[in-house]
Amino acid sequence: MRRFALIAIPYLWLVLLFLAPFLIVLKISLSDAALAIPPYAPTLKDGIGTLIAELDFENFVFLTQDDLYWKAYLSSLRIALISTLLTLLVGYPIAYGMAKAPDEWRATLMMVVILPFWTSFLIRVYAWMGILSNEGLLNQLLIWLGLIGEPLTILNTNTAVYIGIVYTYLPFMILPIYAALDRLDASLDEAAQDLGCTRTQAFWLVTIPLSKNGIVAGCFLVFIPALGEFVIPSLLGGSGTLMIGKVLWEEFFNNRDWPVASAVAIILLLILVIPIVLFQRNQQKQQEAEQ
Amino acid sequence: MPRVSQTVFAPWDDPTEKPLIRFQNVTKRFGTFVAIDDLTLDIYEREFFALLGPSGCGKTTMMRMLAGFETISEGKIELAGQDIGHVPPNERAVNMMFQSYALFPHLSVWDNIAFGLKRDRKSKAEIDARVDEMLKLVRLEKFARRKPHQISGGQRQRVALARSLAKAPKLLLLDEPLGALDKKLRQDTQFELMDIQETTGTTFVIVTHDQEEAMTVASRVAVMDEGRIMQVATPAAIYEHPNSVYVADFIGDVNIISGQTNASGTDTYRLSWAEGQQPVTATSDITFSEGQKAHLAIRPEKIRISTDQPVDADNKVQGKVLDIAYLGNLSTYHVELPGGQVIKAQTANTRRIARRDITWEDPVWISWNATAGVMLAE
Ligand SMILES: Nc1ncnc2c1ncn2[C@@H]1O[C@H](COP(=O)(O)OP(=O)(O)O)[C@@H](O)[C@H]1O
Ligand SMILES: [Mg+2]
Repeated sequence: MRRFALIAIPYLWLVLLFLAPFLIVLKISLSDAALAIPPYAPTLKDGIGTLIAELDFENFVFLTQDDLYWKAYLSSLRIALISTLLTLLVGYPIAYGMAKAPDEWRATLMMVVILPFWTSFLIRVYAWMGILSNEGLLNQLLIWLGLIGEPLTILNTNTAVYIGIVYTYLPFMILPIYAALDRLDASLDEAAQDLGCTRTQAFWLVTIPLSKNGIVAGCFLVFIPALGEFVIPSLLGGSGTLMIGKVLWEEFFNNRDWPVASAVAIILLLILVIPIVLFQRNQQKQQEAEQ
Repeated sequence: MPRVSQTVFAPWDDPTEKPLIRFQNVTKRFGTFVAIDDLTLDIYEREFFALLGPSGCGKTTMMRMLAGFETISEGKIELAGQDIGHVPPNERAVNMMFQSYALFPHLSVWDNIAFGLKRDRKSKAEIDARVDEMLKLVRLEKFARRKPHQISGGQRQRVALARSLAKAPKLLLLDEPLGALDKKLRQDTQFELMDIQETTGTTFVIVTHDQEEAMTVASRVAVMDEGRIMQVATPAAIYEHPNSVYVADFIGDVNIISGQTNASGTDTYRLSWAEGQQPVTATSDITFSEGQKAHLAIRPEKIRISTDQPVDADNKVQGKVLDIAYLGNLSTYHVELPGGQVIKAQTANTRRIARRDITWEDPVWISWNATAGVMLAE
């Protein structure tokens, strides 16, 4: 009985905080928009029979007719993919440096990596607006150094979105890669050199393959939230930045079309299920390999 | 297979022979800590050379300097007449079998062995042939496709050996290769190692802290202590003629009798070792001055034990049996002398234990000849 109760707790959590909201959103996505509170029909007040009879896939059909939506999905995928790659390129060397650092430095370095989490995410994104704007710190610095004459337009472009995503999600990339590299026996690298590898070859043939699980985990941890990212594209991106998170927000709050917004959210969730399942499989494989 | 050969293998006694490895006044410091202290040593081709010493005496450091993973603070190391101080590890004709084996966990047994060969840009056929040859040498043909975590510790050890031998190095370094194996497997593997060393003709330098292992496999043994080499000699010479109390004590069991010397005839000394006791007589190759402090080292098996007073022994002392260690094939008697010193005497158990005629608290005589021990100055 006690065991049953213990197992029930996470399931209860899942039902309350994931399944129930999901079912509500799914129901709304199958409803019609209405000038009412809440702004859709039918509702439970109409009785179960009418409710079920009036649900339909109209909103999903609508999503396929307006090319804004699939373009936004594709653009989000592209931005999420590119930012994941950029985060990997920035994060791997940092994780590698941390793993190679003397023991007494590691705790400090780890601290430095997670330190940004101690301030609000929103404040940090606003800080980037201050850095990247035309009169911002970055442009002032570059002009002062004489590298450029005119300020660069970075804020409100996709570049600013990439910078924002890489900055925000960097720790999620660094930590799993660092964990993988930290577990690596230093003598493997020496064995590779002993058998004729240069340092570079040893890195590609031994270090990279053996930190693969960390790389994969880090990429998923960045890609999954980046795909639905809303705050960064709306604050740092411009009118040309098309991301599904932004579209979703506009449907909800500007158009007050909750049913279409819900349909957008359901599709986003379905797209995310694939990388999430792949991520889970990677984690499971890693755990099995360690046993 | 025991080492049977017409001429004795002893290149170290031949002044015309060029050593394969030459340590010349090599010092290695980690910060201010001196790990290797002004060490000079020659190792010859086809030798099976053992570095023996307590943990932390610098054995691994010496290996790592040979492999190229540690820089040399002072002095130089030559390999086949060439200074290798600035040659990176991947360009040395030296391979190392790591203490932890360091097998690549993401590669199969076959790919682990092929790893070094692939770096040499050999043809596929050549690589295939060599890997198969190595698998056969270590008898692992059936496990070629397995990953390292799918085989046993002993098999992993053999994969590591095959991998380090695959490139046919001039010199193979083995850092405590058998440390992780249980005793029975260790002994089998020691003979296998000797076999492989003989068939491949590779020079082996092996690190061990197990003196029995060093004595079994090596052509010569270097006994180390705190970054210095105390003695380099063949196993038999190091056992029979240790040059210091440290070496005598490190290799096997030994009794040390300390005292003052008095010459008595050529190369023969009398050692006064305790008040009111007859001095003992011993021969020595090194000369001692009158009244100099000296130590007589005698192996337990060179000391006879009897209940009756022996008639024809050079030295004899009466004592009392304190303890008997029964080792199956041998028994070691701990005999307390009147001055309190305990001497160990070992005899083969040729009789059944029930009929053993010496037991605890028995008064006994121990005796040995003048040539039985070695006299040491330090
Ligand atoms: N990288 C290093 N930095 C500092 N000290 C070291 C380093 N490597 C080895 N030492 C020290 O050098 C001494 C010899 O070590 P090592 O060669 O590993 O000994 P052994 O293999 O004989 O047990 C030890 O006291 C060890 O602490
Ligand atoms: Mg060691």
